[in-house]
Amino acid sequence: MEKPEDLLLDIQHLHTAFRVGDDFFDAIDDVNLTLRKDEILAIVGESGSGKSTLATSIIGLHNPLNTRVTGDILYNNLNLVGLNEPIYNRIRGNDIGMIFQDPLAALNPLMRIGDQIAETLVYHTKMSKEERDARVLELLAQVGIPNPQRVFRQYPHELSGGMRQRIVIAIAIACKPPIIIADEPTTALDVTIQAQILDLLRDIQTETHSGIILITHDLGVVAETADRVAVMYAGQIVELGTAQDVFEHPTHPYTRSLLRSMPQADSDDDELHVIQGVVPSLKNMQVKGCRFAERIPWIPADAHEAEPHMHEVGPDHFVQCSCYKTFHFEDEPATTTEG
Amino acid sequence: MWKTILRRFLVMIPQLILLSVMVFVLAKMMPGDPFTGLITPQTDPAHIAQLRAQAGLNDPWWTQYFRWVANLFQGDMGQSYAFKRPVTGLIGDRAVNTFWLSLVTLIVAYTVAIPLGVIAGRFEDSMRDKVIQVYTFVLLAVPSFVFLLFALLLFGYVLEWFPTSGYVSLEADPGTFGYFLSRIQHILLPAITAGLLSTSGTIQYLRAGVIDNTNEDFVRTARSKGVPERVVFSKHILRNSLLPIAAFMGNSITGLLGGSIFVETIFSYQGMGQLFISSIGTRDYSVITALTLLFGFLTLLGNLLSDIIMSIVDPRIRVE
Repeated sequence: MEKPEDLLLDIQHLHTAFRVGDDFFDAIDDVNLTLRKDEILAIVGESGSGKSTLATSIIGLHNPLNTRVTGDILYNNLNLVGLNEPIYNRIRGNDIGMIFQDPLAALNPLMRIGDQIAETLVYHTKMSKEERDARVLELLAQVGIPNPQRVFRQYPHELSGGMRQRIVIAIAIACKPPIIIADEPTTALDVTIQAQILDLLRDIQTETHSGIILITHDLGVVAETADRVAVMYAGQIVELGTAQDVFEHPTHPYTRSLLRSMPQADSDDDELHVIQGVVPSLKNMQVKGCRFAERIPWIPADAHEAEPHMHEVGPDHFVQCSCYKTFHFEDEPATTTEG
Repeated sequence: MWKTILRRFLVMIPQLILLSVMVFVLAKMMPGDPFTGLITPQTDPAHIAQLRAQAGLNDPWWTQYFRWVANLFQGDMGQSYAFKRPVTGLIGDRAVNTFWLSLVTLIVAYTVAIPLGVIAGRFEDSMRDKVIQVYTFVLLAVPSFVFLLFALLLFGYVLEWFPTSGYVSLEADPGTFGYFLSRIQHILLPAITAGLLSTSGTIQYLRAGVIDNTNEDFVRTARSKGVPERVVFSKHILRNSLLPIAAFMGNSITGLLGGSIFVETIFSYQGMGQLFISSIGTRDYSVITALTLLFGFLTLLGNLLSDIIMSIVDPRIRVE
C-alpha cells in the first residue's frame, strides 16, 4: 500500500502522557500514523482531542518534567522518541519545520524579522552572513512579502497578523525541511487572510514536495487543503482516509456527527446537529472500549468493541471500532436541550 | 528615537515649572525668614523690618518667585546660616559624595540582583530558588535602618573592618593615592548594605520575567528552529526579561536619593541625605528648599532616563 521511499514519518503506538498530580494520563493514546512525501495530511478534532499534543510530540518540545512520550516516531530510520537534545536540535528546523497558531506571540518582539528568520540558518547551514541575508530576502519574497528589504529590518509589531503568519512560515521553511507541521496556522487570522495563507501552504508544498501535517479544527480548511485526513477524538485516531473518502463517505459516528454539525450553505435545514456531551478531560478519560460511546448513548453497548481496533472500510480508509455499523442519526432520541 | 527623547524633554519643562512653584510656595509658608536668626532681645524691630524691605520680602510672592528663579539660573540659592556659606557650594560638595556612594550602591545592587534573579527564575522551585526567595523576603521584611545599624555595629565596631563614619579619613591628603583608598574604604560598607537592601525588588522582578518569558510562544518558536537551549535562554528569555529591569534603572535614582537619607545619616556620611536631615534639625531653610528642589529635579531626570532607556531597548516604544 505504501512505498517505503515515500514514507517521511512513521508513527507507531505513540503515547504521550501528562502528569496531573502524581499520575500520568495519556493525552495521546496509541496513535499510528504515517506521513508521506508530497501530501498534506490534516489532523482534525475538537479542542482537547490531542491534535496539538501530537504535533508537539513529533518535534519533541514537551517539557520532559511533566510529560512522558513512549512508542516510536520513525524518521529516516531514526527514532525521534527519546532522542537526545543535541541531535534533536539538528533535526528541528532543519528536517521538521513548525508553524504556530498565534503569529502575534510566535515572534520575538525585540528581534528584527530578518534576524529571526536567519536564526534557523545559523544553526543548520554553513552560510556566511551575506549568504544568509540573501536567503532570508529570497524567503520573504517566496512567502509573498511585498518589499522584503524593508520588512527584513522591521520588528514584528510593525506587521499585520497575516504578514506575521507569513514570517512564521518563512522561518519554518528556511532550511527546506521535508516535514512541515502547521498547528492551526489560520485560526488567529480573518477569513480572507486564511485563504491566502492556505494557498501559500499549498504552493510551498507543490514547490518543495514536502509532507505537511496540518492541524486544525476547521473542517472547511481540511476540505479545501488536505489530501488525507485523520480524525482525532480523545487522544485516538478514529478515522483515517483520503480527504475525498472522509468527506463523501464519512464512516465513524464521530466524523459523521462533526460533518453534520457544519453549517451547509445549500441546506434548507436551519437547525444544526449538536453532539451530546463534551470531550472527556484528561483525568476522566475512559481507558477501555470505544471512547465515543458515551456521546452516542442510544447505540447498544455490544455494538462497540471491547478493545477497538482499526477496520479497513475501503482502500486507504480506516475506522476505529465496530460501532459505525449500527450508528444511524435517525435512532437518536429527540433531546430537550435544543434552542 | 530622537523624537521620543525630544518630546519627553518638552514634557519635562512644565513639570519643572510646577515643581519650582510648589517648592517656593512651601518655603514661603514655613515660619521665619533669613533674618529670623539675627533677632536678639537687643534687636530693633524697625531694623529687621528695614532689612526685610531691602531684601524684597514685602514684594508680592510672584515677584519674589521670579527673582528666586533668576537667582537660581545664576547658581545662587542663597546662604546657609548654619554653615555660613553659599548653599550652591555646600550642596555641590555633598552631591559629589552622594554621587559616588549611589554609584557604588547601584553597582553592588545589580551585580548581586541580576545573577540571583536569573538563577531563581531559571530553576524555579528548586532549592536554589527557595534560598533566594527567603533572602529577598527577609530583606523586604527587615526595616532598612535595623539592617543598616546591625551592619554598622557588626562590621564597623565589632569586627572593625570598615570605618564607622565620615567620607574620608581626616589624615589623608587630597590628591594622593591614600586619599583615594580612604574614600573607597568609607564608601564600601554603606554602599554594600544599601545595595543589598535594594536587591529584593529586582530579584523578584527578574525571576517573574524569566518564568513568564520561558512560557512565551516565541521561545517555543526559537526551540522549534533547533536553537540550542543555552542560546534560547540567553538570546530569547534573558534579553526579554532584562527589559523592565533596564528601564527601571532610571527610576532607581529616586530610590537611591530616598535611601541616602537613611544610609548617610546612620553612617554619618557627608552627603546630600545627611545634609537634608541636619538642615531640618537646624531649620536651615535655604538649604532645605534647595535640596527639595534638587531631589524633585533628579526624580524627574530619573524618569526621563527610564523612558530613554526603554525607547532604546524596546522597539515597540519608539515613536516614529
